[in-house]
Amino acid sequence: MSSLADTFRDEAGELLQELEAALLALEENPDEASLVDRVFRALHTLKGAGGLAGFDAVAELCHEAETVFEEVRSGEQHLDRELVSQALQAKDLLRLMIDAEFGGAAVEPARLAGMLAAFRNRLAPTAVAPGAGGFLASGAGRGQSTYRIRFRPGPGLFRQGIQPQLLLGELCRLGEAVVVAQLDHVPPLDELDPEACHVYWDVILTTGEDENAIRDVFIFVEDDCELHIQLVDADGLVDADGDYKKLGEILVERGDLPREELEKFLAEKKRLGEALVAAGAVDGGQIESALAEQERIQRLRRERQAAEVSDSIRVKSERLDKLVNLIGELVTVQARLSQLANGREDAVLLAVAEEVERLTWELRDQVLTIRMLPIGSTFSRFKRLVRDLGEELGKDVMLFTEGGETELDKTVIERLGDPLVHLIRNSIDHGIESPEVRRAAGKPAKGRITLSAEHSGANVLITVADDGLGLDRDRIRAKAVERGLIAPQAELADRDIFNLIFLPGFSTAEQVSSVSGRGVGMDVVRQAIESLRGSVEVASDPGRGTRFVLKLPLTLAIIEGLLVDVGSERFILPLADVEECIALTRAEAAATHGRNLVNVRGEIVPYIPLSEVFSLGGERPEIEQIVIARLDAGRVGFVVDRVIGEHQTVIKNLGRFYQGVNGISGATILGDGHVALILDLPQLAVQAVQLEQAACR
Amino acid sequence: MAKRVMAVDDSATVRQVLQMTLEGAGYQVVEAVDGRDALDKLGRTTVDMMVTDLNMPNMDGIDLIRHVRQSPGNRFMPIIMLTTESQPEKKQEGKAAGASGWIVKPFKPEQLLAVVRMICPA
Amino acid sequence: MTTASGESRQYVTFSLGDELFGVEVTRAREILDLVPVTKVPQTPDYLLGVINLRGQVVPVIDLRIKMGLPQAEATRESCIIVMEVAVDGEVLTVGGLADSVREVLELRDDLIEPAPRLGTKLKTEFIAGMGKVDEQFLILLEIDRVFNSEELAVVQASGESSTVAAV
Repeated sequence: MSSLADTFRDEAGELLQELEAALLALEENPDEASLVDRVFRALHTLKGAGGLAGFDAVAELCHEAETVFEEVRSGEQHLDRELVSQALQAKDLLRLMIDAEFGGAAVEPARLAGMLAAFRNRLAPTAVAPGAGGFLASGAGRGQSTYRIRFRPGPGLFRQGIQPQLLLGELCRLGEAVVVAQLDHVPPLDELDPEACHVYWDVILTTGEDENAIRDVFIFVEDDCELHIQLVDADGLVDADGDYKKLGEILVERGDLPREELEKFLAEKKRLGEALVAAGAVDGGQIESALAEQERIQRLRRERQAAEVSDSIRVKSERLDKLVNLIGELVTVQARLSQLANGREDAVLLAVAEEVERLTWELRDQVLTIRMLPIGSTFSRFKRLVRDLGEELGKDVMLFTEGGETELDKTVIERLGDPLVHLIRNSIDHGIESPEVRRAAGKPAKGRITLSAEHSGANVLITVADDGLGLDRDRIRAKAVERGLIAPQAELADRDIFNLIFLPGFSTAEQVSSVSGRGVGMDVVRQAIESLRGSVEVASDPGRGTRFVLKLPLTLAIIEGLLVDVGSERFILPLADVEECIALTRAEAAATHGRNLVNVRGEIVPYIPLSEVFSLGGERPEIEQIVIARLDAGRVGFVVDRVIGEHQTVIKNLGRFYQGVNGISGATILGDGHVALILDLPQLAVQAVQLEQAACR
Repeated sequence: MAKRVMAVDDSATVRQVLQMTLEGAGYQVVEAVDGRDALDKLGRTTVDMMVTDLNMPNMDGIDLIRHVRQSPGNRFMPIIMLTTESQPEKKQEGKAAGASGWIVKPFKPEQLLAVVRMICPA
Repeated sequence: MTTASGESRQYVTFSLGDELFGVEVTRAREILDLVPVTKVPQTPDYLLGVINLRGQVVPVIDLRIKMGLPQAEATRESCIIVMEVAVDGEVLTVGGLADSVREVLELRDDLIEPAPRLGTKLKTEFIAGMGKVDEQFLILLEIDRVFNSEELAVVQASGESSTVAAV
């Protein structure tokens, strides 16, 4: 057999000839539809073959050209001479690209890029399609989850060439499964259509894979079957008493038994299963399946509890908090020790100080890890929320979660619950369309919300994304103007317009529902996230969905800081915000005529003199330092007298007396025992803008 | 006995990829260049499964699937269609005609095998 | 401690200007020499700032300003009385700056008179009662009320308003 590349070269040669012939004929008879078909087919086949044979660039160029001819075929695009000659040039280029792989001269990348752009530019704007989207990603958690799966195929399953036992077998391969066939829908023999599928199945599956992996098994039949997947148990879930739900509860949850029925039978105080079957309220198979679920989960939880007893101990969280406080003090004292040791020329003392420093950091890291919990336990409660809200609002929504194993400080996780609930509610209420609307828009009837978590440096990113309507740029803008939040003539980028929804009192919901749209909303979310020293960003693609990204610190207890002097005071700037430090001479400052702008390698950066903002007075040094910070609003400089250096900063709350103070997020104790304030740079920047606006008025 | 798969595509490259991948996994492959050729060969031989392209001259994949589903011996045969990202509507059309499933081109050999094995284990 | 004529309590006494004040000894945690106080920007004058109390960050209030007296330079005698006050059911540790601390003394409840409505330059709502020590009036403070939540609200409000005032 010849090699795949050779086969492709031969086939491509024929297809390019065919393409050329069809294009030349098309030049003579531009209205001949069958010629357009020939062009389209040649490009299409070449694309498919090229993609498979590893000629990706060939496939890409064919794809762009094909898309344009597809529009010609559907009448959206007019065929002109220019397009024909463009296609002929593309054909020549394709030839060269293929030859290049067989020893011919290489094709200049710019030529290919130009050709790709030429085709793309011809497309109607709406057709410029699949963008970053990327809502799908795999990433099964390490933990084991148990799912209750009910698969009820449509009657036409066999006629579609699908054998259900193969699908169930595939499911069993994902983990430990119990499969119970349900026969209660099988009709009597004389009414039975032997070619139709009457059986349905319950599967109790314990697996390390996520729900998407389960859905993938049913991907070819999903549209024609009923598929219910419910998470009934996950690692870390232990009921207070270790008991799982009662049999009757399981049946009601599955919809096999109405709750009133259950209560009636419970009142009779017989053995529930037998009584239910005897009365014909449920089928034997349904009982069997519910019992299998009960047994599995009780066993898993017993095992888990046993495992927990053997290799972990429970500690009251306040004890942990105390430990963290002590570490904080230790860090402070250690810093002081190091400072003292550095000031004396005593090698022995210095060595001991360094050893203490090393141990302190190690201890600190260990203690901080103890406070870390996987966020997955929070995620699982949202599944229920999504289901219930979807029902309430008449939306068909499904929640997908990723990265549940990502660890975050316990306090952060606890305080993250409410904002996340809010965002998810919003997505269901405003984002996801009704099934009819979605179908009309060519989307799957079932909307999806993805909740994911991932590490990113010293931060954790939590994303709530939906595939719904997207934000309405114009409506947000109009509302913001109406509310006086922006000037009518203000020119704002999309990103800035979307971020207007975080302003207090902003809400675009036209109907006030019981779920959201009361105008308390996004500003509360933002406040909650900022109180965790995090930030929230929104991005949206009209018609394709909205995505909120929350950026949160791994821990609230300690940050890397930059220690600076201003006047007689010292401050800490969070190092995560800081980009660089540059010098500012008095002459340079004077040269900008009080406009507080500095040129950083060609970029004009505004700066804020901290001594003025904080009214610290005192003599300014001849050369000041500007600490350049990268904030959401862009780069901003903060003028200080002197940069002392990096500082491991144990964060102390300023307490009630200083609640709501602007620009200060906390305090820390320095090595010499003095208190230094930790600056909230984003807030200071916002405040400076407000002051400037007020001054302009 | 090895399972027999009919690979239907007008592109020799695609046919060769199908053949190499499936034979490597223990299937026997019967090739056909378009829908008419496939029906013709189905009249003379039996296969356990079919993988077919949709865009083909003479008889396209959708028509082929309809015809296959009407022939008594092949009413329950698994049929996988090869679709492209740019034509999602074809997927629905193919399913309505009776396809068992689909693979989006370009695919990786392991993706093809995962689907084929699920629908028709070797 | 009881006597025939009723209960008695112990008070820490301190001076602000010419006046003598007292707080119940159970509310005072310790007395500190004046240490450097870190001022928190954009806050009202009576909030002097924060200090490090063995690893805890504690706010310090200028009791003179709080009581309506003029501010004064710190002296060698100046000190910080660390107190525990209840604000909205929460016990907070707060330092109060005083001109000097005198002594701890005992005072019988029945010798304490209610605060006069008039005749004092001080904010009467903070006064629990008046006693007498060596012929000098001793003003007993209702310390929780000195730091009541309304005052806290003022901190927040003035924190915001001062940003505007700075324009």
